[in-house]
Amino acid sequence: MITFEGVTKRYPDGTVALDGLDLRAPSGRTTVLVGSSGSGKTTALRAVNRLVEPTGGRVLIDGTDVRERDPALLRRSIGYVIQQAGLFPHRTVLDNIATVPLLLGWGRRRARSRAAELLELVGLEAAQGRRYPHQLSGGQQQRVGVARALAADPPVLLMDEPFSAVDPVVRAGLQDELLRLQSELHKTVLFVTHDIDEAVRLGDGIAVFRPGGVLAQYDTPERLLAEPVDTFVEGFVGYDRGVRRLSFFPASRLELHTDAVLDGGRTAGAAARTAAATGEPWLLVTGAGRAPLGWLSAGRAAAADPERPLESLELEGYGHIFHVEADSLRAALDAAVLSPAGRAVGVDPGGAVLGVVSQADLAAAIWSVGEDTVGEDTVGGDTVGGQDHG
Amino acid sequence: MGEVIRWDWIARGLEDPIGTAVLQHLQLSLVPIALGLLAALPLGVAAARWRRVYPPLLTVVNVLYAVPSIALFFLLLPYTGLTMWTAVLPLALYTLAILVPNIVDGLHQVPGHVRQAATAMGFGPLRRLVLVELPVAVPAVIAGLRVASVATISMVSVASMVGLGGLGALILREGFNNRFATPIIVGVVLTAVLAFAVDGLLVLAQRLLTPWVPRPARGRERKGVR
Repeated sequence: MITFEGVTKRYPDGTVALDGLDLRAPSGRTTVLVGSSGSGKTTALRAVNRLVEPTGGRVLIDGTDVRERDPALLRRSIGYVIQQAGLFPHRTVLDNIATVPLLLGWGRRRARSRAAELLELVGLEAAQGRRYPHQLSGGQQQRVGVARALAADPPVLLMDEPFSAVDPVVRAGLQDELLRLQSELHKTVLFVTHDIDEAVRLGDGIAVFRPGGVLAQYDTPERLLAEPVDTFVEGFVGYDRGVRRLSFFPASRLELHTDAVLDGGRTAGAAARTAAATGEPWLLVTGAGRAPLGWLSAGRAAAADPERPLESLELEGYGHIFHVEADSLRAALDAAVLSPAGRAVGVDPGGAVLGVVSQADLAAAIWSVGEDTVGEDTVGGDTVGGQDHG
Repeated sequence: MGEVIRWDWIARGLEDPIGTAVLQHLQLSLVPIALGLLAALPLGVAAARWRRVYPPLLTVVNVLYAVPSIALFFLLLPYTGLTMWTAVLPLALYTLAILVPNIVDGLHQVPGHVRQAATAMGFGPLRRLVLVELPVAVPAVIAGLRVASVATISMVSVASMVGLGGLGALILREGFNNRFATPIIVGVVLTAVLAFAVDGLLVLAQRLLTPWVPRPARGRERKGVR
């Protein structure tokens, strides 16, 4: 556990970067520090590995004041990832990753083989280990940065806006990768970002900082979105926090309909009769293994030759789908909004259609979310972690 | 007008005076460059670390550079006599004006995030300097060495004015004093050849020392050659 006790950083010119921070980041969890620039989140992070020396208060790692330890030795026991990756341009990828093991005196061979392991762990190919950092893309460099931070297997990982400099698609991939790694490694992660979406996605606990280095709220992501403590936090988490909060409710609670799902081998005549019987304006046509093929409107089903099989008709693309077991209500809502039929297709892990859900059905599910009471767990103490947001 | 180049003179004098002059010239230029680099490294590191040191240091090395070499040679003559040090010491001082700013620039060009990452990985200040900052500054240092070596090789010729050897002596004693063109041409051509050769070696050294520097234009060529 990382404990901040009244940590203050006041610069000689009078600027206060951090003002009496009290925070407990539990072991094995990801705690996200979020806020605009100048809110002290990075200062707090750097106080942990003594890149910043606080002018008041203290920082403890598992009960030991970090100031009792030699800075260089302390830092070798803490992984650190920064925005531009900070890779050493003159060393190969493999030697970059082996940096801390070499500093710890592991010997070249052992350090290299550990580095090769990590290269694989972060999803890079072995051949990329012989390259130099400038030969990699921004996203790959960040992966190397994460591998380097993990090389000596430190219990604590500090990440300072590590994914801010890459494009959104790459960023989402890196976030997924971090979630996967964290589910295997259970590091005590402190993660700084200015992006509330990233915070909600990655954090077990989120600490929102306000300008002037003051902690505004420290809560689970779900509670933060449901009950911001004041207008500052509410403004910071954004106007669409209600929609974002849907991420915390599973899509499996949706009621799926199967009466408008037809196999591609059925005829247009059968489809027209089904549409008439159910009153559904759109029918979902499936192929082999109940994989979705596309949407057919009731009007087109009635106009087509009644003997023609559905799979030979021109269908509307089914667009986004959602995984009933794995996805959230937010993903289902997204799929419905983007679907040409205004309906979302729910599939099982094998990609077979389990049913469809209309926007009206979604509205009912969202309505019931609003009536849910928010979990009472808090972060930062022993009571943390009632829910798994992974 | 007779023959400008007397090949027979060159053939006779290949070993002496030409060969000796080339070796002397090399010695008189490489020793100052090496000494200059040895002195410039700590000065550059200090100037990059304590920024207040840099402006006065830069002024001193620039003023030194402005002093005519011939004046420095004569100033030293009473103390060092007709030894190589009379030429070596001033020439080494001159290289500082080129090498110190290059080392400082090279160290300043180490990206802040690289320096910060090194500190955060647990490098102490000395290790960080030796293992990260200086290696990253190598291209700038070699760029400085290239300029300094060409400048020194050309300036060594002046050293012959005070009776030191080198290709300058060939030009002055054999050529100018005897009103004989061949040694002058040989001296000038060989000075240029030496400058080219040393520069080429430094470029080669840079390629070997810094395989990590992006060289987009050369990538294709290399693949084709190998």
